[in-house]
Amino acid sequence: MTALAALTGHYLRASFGNKFTLAFGALQPFLYLVLFGPLFANSGVGSWAVLVPGLLVQLALTSAGMAGFTIVFDHRFGVLERLRVTPVSRVTLLLGRVLRDAVVLLIQAVTIIVAAWALGLRAPLAGVLAALLLVTVLSVGMASLSYAAALTMRQELFAPVMSTVVIPLMLLSGALLPMSLAPAWLDVVSRLTPFRYAVEGLRALFAGSYASSALVWGVVVSLVFAVVGVAVGTGRFQRENA
Amino acid sequence: MIHTRGLTKTYGQVEAVRGIDLDVSAGEIVGFLGPNGAGKTTTLRMLTTLLRPTSGTATVAGVDLFADPAGVRRRIGYVAQGGAFAPFSPVGEELVLQARLYGLTREEARERVTALLAGLDLPGVEERTTATMSGGQKRRLDIAMGLLHRPEVLFLDEPTTGLDPQSRAGLWDHVRRLRDRDGLTVFLTTHYLEEADALCDRVLIVDHGRIVAAGTPEELKSAHGARTLDDVFLAVTGREPREGAAA
Repeated sequence: MTALAALTGHYLRASFGNKFTLAFGALQPFLYLVLFGPLFANSGVGSWAVLVPGLLVQLALTSAGMAGFTIVFDHRFGVLERLRVTPVSRVTLLLGRVLRDAVVLLIQAVTIIVAAWALGLRAPLAGVLAALLLVTVLSVGMASLSYAAALTMRQELFAPVMSTVVIPLMLLSGALLPMSLAPAWLDVVSRLTPFRYAVEGLRALFAGSYASSALVWGVVVSLVFAVVGVAVGTGRFQRENA
Repeated sequence: MIHTRGLTKTYGQVEAVRGIDLDVSAGEIVGFLGPNGAGKTTTLRMLTTLLRPTSGTATVAGVDLFADPAGVRRRIGYVAQGGAFAPFSPVGEELVLQARLYGLTREEARERVTALLAGLDLPGVEERTTATMSGGQKRRLDIAMGLLHRPEVLFLDEPTTGLDPQSRAGLWDHVRRLRDRDGLTVFLTTHYLEEADALCDRVLIVDHGRIVAAGTPEELKSAHGARTLDDVFLAVTGREPREGAAA
């Protein structure tokens, strides 16, 4: 526990020391909110309460999805190896980073929701708070997989590959336009990605439909995604260890 | 302090280490030498739990490497060749974090870091980053990182590569002092044979994944009728010590 707190605190201090990174991770969803949101709200497809949950998933994909980039440098400078010779468990080495990423994402998500509120978003407070929790769970899985990817592929490939991979994942999630508009084949493909269920679960929360099957699926899929992500990430930290 | 029998590491069909038997006593400074690709680094990474051996047995600091790698990690310090600091983070923060990962409280960690840095002729560098430090200072910082938790054995991988002769001699003094004062056991790889001669109580030469010569520098030189360890090295491996070496 001490080790986890020490690691998370250390990484958080580093993140807050670099406000640019903090803002940059939320830039894409923020641009969609301001430059695309007004169009969406007037399109007749749905309200702000339909768009903003999608942007939260986009945030999880871009902010937590690029988290692995930080470990590339730690790997290069020997910092990672120095951590791996300590007795700290491998899952703690991963979670120290992932918890930082979750806190960063939470701050970014609150900022986006507040900005959206100013633009016209209205949603029940309980639903919004639950949505923050759900998107945090999603980000734990996403950040863990991002570290696993960063420790697996060649260092210089990580940024281009990840920034490319998140685009189809975001489009297939229905984050920008609901998948109810999709032709059958696209709807099927979309259902193969976990983010589709997260988006629909978050939309249910923003609509106050707390008993809907969309919410149940969103929660279940996000939890499974987080558990699988942490397991895969820990496996990469464990790799080749005695 | 370190005992291995038949330690091997195989990658697919390639036998990187073919059976290492070694014994290092408490308080010894042992040099681990060998041509590039002989299995030095692989062996070091196995002894420091960074690489899982394919077969064999090993105890490090009294702990079974296979049964309790975390126990080994608690008792050893490891100083990698490439260093352990990112150039953009204050070194004091990194050292305090590392100490806390070994279970020290924040206050204990701060005190330990201050004392260690003073002992290694690096007083008051906590706020600096390695970007502004010399090669010799960086190596001493790396050694401080490896000593935070008062390990019983310190593993040093090529500790003086790239250092000027003066910094190198200074580092030897620090290593000797750690052994003399704290009884630290030191296991180091080097391709500077004059370093092994000057610093090490005993030398192990590894080639093709096996130990091919072992003894004090004097024993090895007299056994091979050689004037220097370089000649011994050439006699047992058939290669020049710095052949293909990076530095």
